[in-house]
Amino acid sequence: MFSDEIIREIDDIIARYPVPRSGLIPFLHVIQREQGWISPEAQTWAAERVGISPAEVAGVVTFYTMFNTRPVGRYLLQLCRTISCKLRGSREIRNHLEQALSIKPGETSADGLFTMMEVECLGACGTAPAMMINEDYHENLTTERVDEILAACRRDAGTEVER
Amino acid sequence: MSAFEPVLTRIVGIENSHTLSVYEGQGGYQALRRGFQLDPDTVIEHVKNSNLRGRGGAGFPTGVKWGFLPSQEQSPGPRYLVCNADESEPGTFKDRVILRHNPHLLIEGCLLSCWALRANHCFIFIRGEYASEAKIVERAIAEAREAGYLGRNVLGSGFDIEVTVHRSGGAYICGEETALLECLEGKRGYPRIRPPFPAVVGLYGRPTVINNVETLACVPSIIERGGEWFTSLGPENNTGPKLYAVSGHVERPGTYELPMGIPLAELIEEHCGGIWRGRKLKAVMPGGSSTPVLTAEEALAVNMDYDSLAKAGSMFGSAAVIVMDETVDMVQVAFNLIRFYHHESCGQCTPCREGCGWLEKIMKRYTEGRGSAGDAALVLDICDNIAFKTICPLGDAARMPLEALITKYRAEFDARIAPSTFAGGGGGR
Repeated sequence: MFSDEIIREIDDIIARYPVPRSGLIPFLHVIQREQGWISPEAQTWAAERVGISPAEVAGVVTFYTMFNTRPVGRYLLQLCRTISCKLRGSREIRNHLEQALSIKPGETSADGLFTMMEVECLGACGTAPAMMINEDYHENLTTERVDEILAACRRDAGTEVER
Repeated sequence: MSAFEPVLTRIVGIENSHTLSVYEGQGGYQALRRGFQLDPDTVIEHVKNSNLRGRGGAGFPTGVKWGFLPSQEQSPGPRYLVCNADESEPGTFKDRVILRHNPHLLIEGCLLSCWALRANHCFIFIRGEYASEAKIVERAIAEAREAGYLGRNVLGSGFDIEVTVHRSGGAYICGEETALLECLEGKRGYPRIRPPFPAVVGLYGRPTVINNVETLACVPSIIERGGEWFTSLGPENNTGPKLYAVSGHVERPGTYELPMGIPLAELIEEHCGGIWRGRKLKAVMPGGSSTPVLTAEEALAVNMDYDSLAKAGSMFGSAAVIVMDETVDMVQVAFNLIRFYHHESCGQCTPCREGCGWLEKIMKRYTEGRGSAGDAALVLDICDNIAFKTICPLGDAARMPLEALITKYRAEFDARIAPSTFAGGGGGR
């Protein structure tokens, strides 16, 4: 399911803890980075790796909001909707994203590039409004800035396809 | 008070302040050398004398917390230090500055605290979304290891310290220290019933101390300059340098390091450039989204410390100041906050799980102008049924701001009552 290199990375994480299960949540991030979500197969694999049942892993995966339980677009846009971002115009950013991508929160664009979600506080309240794209923060958002970011994503995706 | 010099953010702004060479060049790791020449109990004495109060929100004296740890004779075997970097309280982004720009200060604080507590393993628990901050801290740990500050036989003391970054998965509840421990053990973040407290039965059932990032980052300067210096910064019992995270409707939001106890008016007007767009202040949540809202009048009269804010009927919390201008609709604020808490309730306790859901539904009704005449009383009744009836404080964190909002801004809520149910009108009864 994973390359030797990824398995080494995961085993290194597990080895940092006195109890293997402690490595579970940190290495689920590695799985998601590689596959975009935590599939049922990946959950079973993870369970075996740390010696617990797949049901226990499913319990963890569904508890923590960062773990995707279904596939998402190449770029996962997570826009903060909580108080400080709300005060600084996150709703306007959401409307703009909905229009630019023709999707509602929770949906994926027709080209499969973008999934948009509204999330709770990202802890970037002083640079609101803020969103995450995959693991990167984008802050002090304006509609113009959002357009630039989306264009950059499309460019990057385009070059990768051509390669 | 003489001019205040930043302590926690002194080197922030210097290029590559996150690297070991810059940190050492600015006098970094000298406190660690000094601390390791002292007996661990003497280090604890210094922290007790400083009266340092936990910066995560509760304001509990750090030295007292450390004192709850049983002695090694009473409890032989491993013990742990956990740094709480799960910065998730809406409005709070102060620890991020330390994680990004001064990670070695945090690491030095962790190492000194490990020495004091005789803990050989420290976990830095970072919220999952702070992926880049986690990487920065991991790189800093690798540098410190290379330099001999951590790992085996730290500074020739014979004492070993491991520091591990643990990246969480995105759950506000894990900022609560026992939920945090569950997450660290690879489980769902369900808070534990206390007692036993983590100091006695913590991570893997072992004695564990959990301190906030900013708390631990205060330790090196306390060891360097002494506890008395620390108590000289700010009003009695509320001292030390403090990070204020200001967000919302000010001209210059951001993190400001100032002494404890400064007037909130000074913070907003002088440091943050006042209310944006030339508007007027309407309200402030002074310590994060869980702290009861202050009206403009109350806010402009209060000082920013634990005791002053408690006296004003609110809380210092994490010093996350959320500023709202005159255009803000308090019904929308109430809905936004309760939606957050409903989303983040772990679901263990019925009053919180169900209560937050009901409250969200009522607030949603209000925002749509479909409130009922009895809703305000119903809200306060539900809040009363959550208050102090849950395993952890999340339920209280949810109901406290709501109670304050609906009490202080009642007219705004009443204005959203649907005409057909308005009992005070002509056709009501």
